[in-house]
Amino acid sequence: MPESSEWLHEEMLRGGQMASLVLKRGQILQLTDVDGGACLSVLLFNADFPLERYNMPDTLKAQHIARLTAGNVLYSDMGRVLCSVVADSLGWHDTITGVMDARVMTEKYGVGSYQALRNERHRNGRDNLLVELAKFGLGKRDFGPNVNFFVKVEPDASGQLRFITAHSPPGSSVELRAELNTLLVLSATPHPLDPEPRYLPKSVKLSIRAGKAATADDACFRSCPENARGFALTEAYFR
Amino acid sequence: MTLHESSLDPTHAAFRRVLESGLGFSHVVRKGEAFRIVDLEGNQAVDTLFFSARDTAERYSAVDTIRRQGAVYLTTGSALVSSEGNVLLTITADTCGRHDTLGGACAAESNQVRYALDKKYMHNCRDNFLLEIAERRPELSKRDLTANINFFMNVPVSPEGELHFEDGISAPGRYVEMRAETDVIVLISNCPQLNNPCNGYDPTPVELLVWSA
Repeated sequence: MPESSEWLHEEMLRGGQMASLVLKRGQILQLTDVDGGACLSVLLFNADFPLERYNMPDTLKAQHIARLTAGNVLYSDMGRVLCSVVADSLGWHDTITGVMDARVMTEKYGVGSYQALRNERHRNGRDNLLVELAKFGLGKRDFGPNVNFFVKVEPDASGQLRFITAHSPPGSSVELRAELNTLLVLSATPHPLDPEPRYLPKSVKLSIRAGKAATADDACFRSCPENARGFALTEAYFR
Repeated sequence: MTLHESSLDPTHAAFRRVLESGLGFSHVVRKGEAFRIVDLEGNQAVDTLFFSARDTAERYSAVDTIRRQGAVYLTTGSALVSSEGNVLLTITADTCGRHDTLGGACAAESNQVRYALDKKYMHNCRDNFLLEIAERRPELSKRDLTANINFFMNVPVSPEGELHFEDGISAPGRYVEMRAETDVIVLISNCPQLNNPCNGYDPTPVELLVWSA
């Protein structure tokens, strides 16, 4: 664990809050579920050319996975690696069940308006991410399947899904290393399948430190032959 | 898996088109119309996207569909949910039994990652989508190509979090039929993939039919 002086940037996302940041190639973003039970919903884009973006199916089929953990990478729709998952205390992060919208939020928690609650108002992943996307000229058409860090929704043998409660204990963390300059748009808001009946969004800490892009001896590079080719295409992009 | 047949008679269909493998296709299906895809020769993946014809920013959403039904595979009864949380179509008949919506479409670049760097020349679904929308759907662009449905494709996931492309479970003449709940644009690539078993290594034609409401 680096000394606090090694962090280039630290930011606490309060439960319900959204943010965006550009992680430069090689930099590492550590995400920490401070109190446990967080859901950090994230969309990712090539910061230099945002038409290139995270592609859930390409990520899953290249690595023969239905979840994300250390050793996996997040592919763009152009065969390149946006980010590598270089550390993970959990073993499972969701990318197949999306985010909550305003309609589902009201059905689940009732009305939580600004007028009544001021800045404790209820906020949902879809609205938060749309606001943050708009700051980069992006919108609904750019809103594809996202990653839900700290969330596990497990399929059984027949494909039925079950939300795993208490999956992420306090202090759980996952680290992403940018392989392209990556725009991340993030929202710390409850997952729509979380059975908790009260609106209790959880905080997530964001910490960025310097690092180096993957080389051929990297665990993500070596985890499958597909990733070696994905990194080769990524390297070629910067040549 | 439970199979459900349709009572609709193909000779009464208002629209019929045989689509060769390796071709793109798009068509507007109106609210209340029935849309059927027939796997004529078996084990053919049909990569499909849907958009609201009124506002194409509202489109089929794989993750919202999966979450709403609490299951990863599509079959009879599955509501195909939009990015706005509305039902675009409902699957009303299915004689295959299971369809994928996690595997996405093949592309030149993802083929390089998955198979070999020198596979970039091979034909692929995204190129079909891009040409079809360039020629016939100017309101759409690459931004709108999100996670699609692969009708007739078998992509099992495991409780351990694995995912695999496996031999198809479809067979000649099997079909899937859906009812449009609103006016939708259907965008299809009849998959030309030769590197995995999704088409039995032999891509074949499918038939597309529409019955009036």
